[in-house]
Amino acid sequence: MSYIEVENIEFSYDDEEGKILENFSLNIEKGSFVAILGHNGSGKSTLAKLFNGLNIPQKGRILIDGIDTADEEKMLEVRNKVGLVFQNPDNQIVATIVEEDVAFGPENLGLPRKEIRKRVDNALESVGMSEYVRHEPHRLSGGQKQRIAIAGILAMEPECVVFDEPTAMLDPRGRKDVMTIISKLNKEMGKTVVLITHYMDEASKADRVVVMDSGKIIADGKPEKVFDEVELLKSVGLDVPQPAELIYKLKKAGVAFDDGIIHADDCVKAISDALEV
Amino acid sequence: MLNNINFGQYYPSNSIIHRLDARFKLIITLGLIIVAFVAFNFVSMGIVALSVLTMMLVSSVPIKMYLKTFKSIWFFIALTAVLNIFFIKGKTPLVSFWGVNIYAQGIEKAIFIAIRIFLLLIISSALTFTTTPTSLTDAIESLLKPLSKIGVNTHTFAMMMTIALRFIPTLIEETDKIMNAQKARGASMDEGSIIKKVKAVIPILIPLLASSIRRAYELADAMECRCYHGGEGRTRLNVMKSSVKDFVALLLFFALIAIVVVCNILF
Repeated sequence: MSYIEVENIEFSYDDEEGKILENFSLNIEKGSFVAILGHNGSGKSTLAKLFNGLNIPQKGRILIDGIDTADEEKMLEVRNKVGLVFQNPDNQIVATIVEEDVAFGPENLGLPRKEIRKRVDNALESVGMSEYVRHEPHRLSGGQKQRIAIAGILAMEPECVVFDEPTAMLDPRGRKDVMTIISKLNKEMGKTVVLITHYMDEASKADRVVVMDSGKIIADGKPEKVFDEVELLKSVGLDVPQPAELIYKLKKAGVAFDDGIIHADDCVKAISDALEV
Repeated sequence: MLNNINFGQYYPSNSIIHRLDARFKLIITLGLIIVAFVAFNFVSMGIVALSVLTMMLVSSVPIKMYLKTFKSIWFFIALTAVLNIFFIKGKTPLVSFWGVNIYAQGIEKAIFIAIRIFLLLIISSALTFTTTPTSLTDAIESLLKPLSKIGVNTHTFAMMMTIALRFIPTLIEETDKIMNAQKARGASMDEGSIIKKVKAVIPILIPLLASSIRRAYELADAMECRCYHGGEGRTRLNVMKSSVKDFVALLLFFALIAIVVVCNILF
């Protein structure tokens, strides 16, 4: 059994015509790091809110660790298992002091004070923001605010964290910090991570890439495999990581390369090898 | 300028007044305001003024900060005082000119009102200088709690206040951005008649309102993601604790009431 099972769902918003998702299925394994790629309007943000029951599908069902997200009695349990981090950090921070904001989730879970304290300190440490415990969030930078928002989710100790374009509003430094934390959550803390993004370089860090276009999955597999499909990705208006693009162009020009070169260091090695021959 | 807004005017320090339980501070503040109105003669008013000035010194907030709060209101104080001088009537006029009589009672009343307003300002500033907005909200929630027994949703009220406080700086920043964007499109904000100026506000208010509604939706989603489901079964990280010093402060306050009442009767 997979950790997240999306079974043949159909979803549309009440006030909008047309279905966002139709006959859509996707399984995500426990402990994996999955990137979901797609341009605006591909249905990827809608999907994020389906994972923790903020959106409920009209047809089909979604199971989180075996629990149906449509089950209202287990709503809090599902939201505790799957944490969601959004794009705009400003709109996720509730309190006027960092530690009180991080405590918001555990407080809602009704945990005892000592446990809340412990979780707040641990969460702030995992995102490297321990020294800002008594600060006011509005004085922090975008990247720092997003790290506080992540800490707020981590303090609930979810098994899975879904990120919906978490770096779209950040500067390059903030992006880098947040990406480091996301990788750490998966590699070191063993959490299942779903990263929704339209940055190719971010997606290439995942174990698996799912490409969506108008509510359908058009490619799914290891990043090395998916980013080799340069023409397919370009046909739906997406780019590939720069190294993959370069290799693709060189291949077209008649140079022979192995498949699956998407990272910069592999690319450098492949080209220098090709030059030596 | 917008990066350094101090909303709520909190002045960080570690004075005994800063460390008092916010609930006690709130009650004592309200009490002091009432006492300032109850003091009828110069002796009792003098005692109130003396206690308030002592409080001001103990708060270890620079006197400059207090003086700043008078800036916006001195005209109002002067106006009320002057009106009292001219309109309060007594038995024999002190001076009369151009058909206007000024009585001793009028002058007395004017001084009283001026002192009273000054004291009210100091009392309320002392509260906001020494208490963070967060602990004030918590204090209000805690004090209103008995009302939840008769069906008033005190938790929601407190949550609304917290969120409002949290978003004040965000919305100020946003207003600044929108104003710059409209200026870049050729809007003029500070020229022309009053009507023109009012009209210039509309292209700022509408985008601000639209974005606030969008923010509200996103925040609601984020809160739901963090298992928010109202006040039921919710625990808190920081619990308000009262200690001996809070009760001592309250006792001092009661003593002040007693003295003021006695002075009111005696003099």
